Amino acid sequence: MRLPDKTTTLEEAVAGIGDGAVVMVGGFGVPGTPFTLIRELVRQGPKNLTVIKNDANETGMGVDHLLASGQVARLITTHIGLNPRAIELMNAGKIEVEFNPQGILAERIRAGGAGLGGILTDIAEDTELARGKQRVEIDAKRFLVETALRADVALIHADRADTFGNLDYVATARNFNPLMAMAAPRVIAEAERVLALGELPPDDVHTPGPFVDHVVELGALTEEYAVVRR
Amino acid sequence: MVARAAREIEPGMVVNLGIGLPTKVINHLASDFPVCLHTENGLSGIGPTLPPDRADRNLIDAGGAYVSTVPGSAFFDSATSFALVRSGRLDLTMLGAFEVSQTGDLANWKIPGKFSPGAGGGIELAQKARRVAVLTTQTDRAGNPKLKAACDLPITARACVARVFTEMAVIDIAPAGFSLVELAEGVSAGEVAEATGAPLILPDGDIPTF
Repeated sequence: MRLPDKTTTLEEAVAGIGDGAVVMVGGFGVPGTPFTLIRELVRQGPKNLTVIKNDANETGMGVDHLLASGQVARLITTHIGLNPRAIELMNAGKIEVEFNPQGILAERIRAGGAGLGGILTDIAEDTELARGKQRVEIDAKRFLVETALRADVALIHADRADTFGNLDYVATARNFNPLMAMAAPRVIAEAERVLALGELPPDDVHTPGPFVDHVVELGALTEEYAVVRR
Repeated sequence: MVARAAREIEPGMVVNLGIGLPTKVINHLASDFPVCLHTENGLSGIGPTLPPDRADRNLIDAGGAYVSTVPGSAFFDSATSFALVRSGRLDLTMLGAFEVSQTGDLANWKIPGKFSPGAGGGIELAQKARRVAVLTTQTDRAGNPKLKAACDLPITARACVARVFTEMAVIDIAPAGFSLVELAEGVSAGEVAEATGAPLILPDGDIPTF
């Protein structure tokens, strides 16, 4: 038996993401952000997107391009302090921003990826983030219900992929990527290196290939992937 | 005050240093001091900060600084990172603050109408670290006390802060309120009381200095 080949072109991988789609985007700051897939999403131009990402990157990078092009209607995130445009759009009411505690965003995505309906937590129970959320009591403890998050499509940045879509990540570029790679029916991975089947040792795989639909090999990395000089 | 705060870290601890002033604590730890520093974006065992020309583009801390590893470091995803925080494996976190109340409430994530970039991982750190210490200035830029009877700003977590380090003093959150523990050299207890927005409990006898 031979595992199927999921490698494709950048254009085909991103094609067909429609207006109003919910898009998960991996990355925490620069590491793990799929800058090339984001650029292609900007080029193809679907509108009214809900973007789920830890942060909004920085000016001129990643998610900022989607904000600049007016493609984002809603951002589900944890912190946008490094992107003045995101804050300006939020304050002007031009995008809706939903803040989550960082680990709760991660668990909501993991729950979505695991086929669960949500999670129970006491995190943020005393804060305004708890407003409007359902509360339940179990064994005399009170919890907030945090619903699971899924997306229509997840954009993932991997270090290595094989042609079947087994992925691994390096250093702090892992972050939300393996969680989001489970939480959408269509998962697109860009990879710095694409290996032949068998070249990625099974024990090194962080995201198993069955979760992944398309693999795009990156050529020379663009400036966005480089060390940020502040 | 940063040097004093660094002495709060005990051998063997797992510690998360928040963005801003707390990050500077790392500069006061000896290179052979046995401690495991954690960062929310997926690293335990943070090593020294690196200049851009020596940085690894894939290796940052939660504040975006380029850091390094030490022998024994581990990388993990964001869910694992906060599992560590919420399950009680984080012995100590040091955080910045806009306001701390006399019952240990912390406000450090939002100034309505002015500053609301989101709390990141701050709520979980404040609520679930086994011990929460705050590093902050005694007063804000306008001279108003940051230590207050109650927080006016939206809170991050309730009754979470154990100890506050400022440029003037070390102050504990005791059952009866703010309790002076140590004074910065050259600062009097009266001056600290004046710069504190709620009653300050003084210890019996001499007050140690730092």
